Amino acid sequence: MDLIRLKNVRKQYKTGVTAIHDMSLSIEKGDFVFVIGSTGCGKSTLVKMLYREEKPSSGKIIVGGIDVAKLRNSKVYKIRRKIGVVFQDYKLLSKSTVYENVAFALEVLGQPKSEIYSKVIKALELVGLKNKANNYPHQLSGGEQQRVAIARAIVNGPKLLICDEPTGNLDPKTSMEIMDVLESVNEMGTTIIMVTHDIDIVSQMNKRTILLDSGRILKDYAKGTYKNESIKNTK
Amino acid sequence: MKALRILSRNIRDSFKGVFRNFSLSLASISCITITLIVVAISIILTFNVKNFTTLVEKDVTIVAFLDVDVKEKDRQNILKEIKKLDNVDKIEFNSKVSIANDMMESSETFKGIMKDWTEDENPLQDTYLVKVKDIEHIGDTAKAIGKIDKVDIVKYGEGMVEQLVSIFDVIKNVCIGMVVALIIVTAFLIGNTIKITIHSRKREIEIMRLVGASNININIPFIFEGLFLGILGSIIPVCATIYGYTYLYDKMGGKVFSSIIQLIDPTPFVYYTSGVLLLIGIVVGMFGSLRAVHKYLKV
Repeated sequence: MDLIRLKNVRKQYKTGVTAIHDMSLSIEKGDFVFVIGSTGCGKSTLVKMLYREEKPSSGKIIVGGIDVAKLRNSKVYKIRRKIGVVFQDYKLLSKSTVYENVAFALEVLGQPKSEIYSKVIKALELVGLKNKANNYPHQLSGGEQQRVAIARAIVNGPKLLICDEPTGNLDPKTSMEIMDVLESVNEMGTTIIMVTHDIDIVSQMNKRTILLDSGRILKDYAKGTYKNESIKNTK
Repeated sequence: MKALRILSRNIRDSFKGVFRNFSLSLASISCITITLIVVAISIILTFNVKNFTTLVEKDVTIVAFLDVDVKEKDRQNILKEIKKLDNVDKIEFNSKVSIANDMMESSETFKGIMKDWTEDENPLQDTYLVKVKDIEHIGDTAKAIGKIDKVDIVKYGEGMVEQLVSIFDVIKNVCIGMVVALIIVTAFLIGNTIKITIHSRKREIEIMRLVGASNININIPFIFEGLFLGILGSIIPVCATIYGYTYLYDKMGGKVFSSIIQLIDPTPFVYYTSGVLLLIGIVVGMFGSLRAVHKYLKV
């Protein structure tokens, strides 16, 4: 069953630059998909449209049954509650503890305290940071901060987790630790779309990989078919 | 229940927001404090000027001099006619005997001249002292009284009263204009300071949007934060108004220079003024925050 469906999507910015050309794509529930390609190929625009940070100029984007393109700005939160997003720069609240950062996602939804506590602890356990719940972001390493961001993104049990270059600031070892965390999140049934430049990770993970070039899908590698050589030039 | 939870979280978070971003909060609070003190001073000045002008206006009286030969019956007729006029507030009769007595009391010279006068020899005239409701129409009222039979002449300080009234009107309007302008400037200043405070929290707003907070969810804690900033910023101006004005009033004995310029009694004046200051602080704080957050929301 498709969780995401794009039909003839085109995105043109006000500057006149067309970032995505007539793109059609579907991603099944529970999939782990990499989106790769050179800088400026439209990777970030594609995922931004999924969590409705950007609106397509034309075409249809269905995420979890919601037509994202038709969603009014004031109703964007409806889709955001079904999606977790992780960024390269973590986007944590520096003046809040790890626990508060993760709990924040549930508090804005008005969930009861006891429920928030159990969900936050569970999420922190999953990313291996339960013992650092009272630390502040600046007391953590980059990898740990990214794990907090993942915990915050998954604490609400989203159907979809979008990761925009989550390992971009991390060393290879820490990057693989993050990938292990994402793998376990995916095993629990969450669909993951990850934008990355890290070809080594893509090669090692053996997941479905979509290669973009100039706003178009150049190749869509099924699970286990991606070969590192194929995109050497895109690096 | 859920709404209550969200509300209590928002109040808690807005408290945290004020103290976690203390240096910027302090800037907002100081700005609110300073501008509200200026507003407080202008409100106190405006209302005292208004009070003074009202007192002076109340003192303006039309004096209707009756014919020398009026009889009691004529006096009653004149009184009836004056009472019929719309703008008349109070009427007081002052007989020529009483006027002569007053004059004799005020000066030994008068006493020497007047003490032997009989009623028929008294050349003074009986008068009606008329206070009006609306001083702007005093001229018309005076004219109407002058036309009543057996009324000799009417005096009310023609020319001077009209001039005084128009000067007072200008002063009042200037003062009110100043208060309004100050409130607008205050709103602008406070709004901008809060804007800077909120700008530093841009990331927080971005994250809130990201995790699925609706625009209302995002706005509310900042509105509360603006409210708290407004309340905290109003504390000093309110105290200064209550204690400062009362102290000044007591120290000056309730008047400035002479007993003509009377200050407004502190109670309940200072409490009304404080209420206005608090309200300005709160409203401007809340709307300042709302306006600043709005900038970072896609609505």
